[in-house]
Amino acid sequence: MATKAKAKPLDPNATYKQLVDKHRPARPMFKNTVRAFIVGGCICVIGQLVQMFFIRVAGFSQTDAANPTVAVMILLSVILTAFGVYDKFAQWAGAGSAVPVTGFANTMAAAAMEHRSEGWVTGVGGNMFKLAGPVIVYGVVSAFFVALVRYIIFHV
Amino acid sequence: MAGNWMIFIWAFLVGGGICAIGQILLDTTKLSPGHIMVILVVAGSVLDGLGLYDPLVKFAGAGATVPITSFGNSLVHGALAEADKHGLIGIITGIFEVTSAGVSAAILFAFLAAVIARPKG
Repeated sequence: MATKAKAKPLDPNATYKQLVDKHRPARPMFKNTVRAFIVGGCICVIGQLVQMFFIRVAGFSQTDAANPTVAVMILLSVILTAFGVYDKFAQWAGAGSAVPVTGFANTMAAAAMEHRSEGWVTGVGGNMFKLAGPVIVYGVVSAFFVALVRYIIFHV
Repeated sequence: MAGNWMIFIWAFLVGGGICAIGQILLDTTKLSPGHIMVILVVAGSVLDGLGLYDPLVKFAGAGATVPITSFGNSLVHGALAEADKHGLIGIITGIFEVTSAGVSAAILFAFLAAVIARPKG
């Protein structure tokens, strides 16, 4: 049936979804992936520069430098979000701007700004984690069980 | 000195690679960006549980610590570090120990953004 639907543009047997799928333009997957790779890579290089700064100038150790680096990346992301730059850029970069921690901060800042008109508590406070919340929930739940399993294996 | 510059190249390749994986998941499945983020965070914590994330951080620096996968990794790290000191309860008390910087900074700066800026567009 699916093959027949391809031949005739309006096969009465085709479901709505099949028709929609047929006329939806194919996502330019290769281009998207290359963009995500380049943008994500560049954000990480900026992160590496910030990390180098904390190691060389502020005297952090290699491992300790990761935390302040993340904080600086988040600050940069929130500033760009406040100026409306990050969201425009995100449309072009796809996962390249969403996957780094800057994307996480962007969703929080954007939600906080957008829902400000609904009030400081229910608007800003209630919506800040609307998109970032699942990451924290499943991060903590998975980390708990991973840590538990490791603890049991190595300590019991 | 060459080793110092190599880390930038690895940061680019590994960080870009993780983002490319996210984009491929986004394009080939019907999952939302939220689902992809959750998958990556859980992947980070599982990889750390298997002892594979630390070598990646050593090798790729910010290429491994800037993508959201490192959030899962840091949660496990904090939990295990506290568990080493205080036993099983440390898993609960330590889970946010390492990620405090990221979560606190994100909450604070996002709040200040809402105070100062108006949404564009």
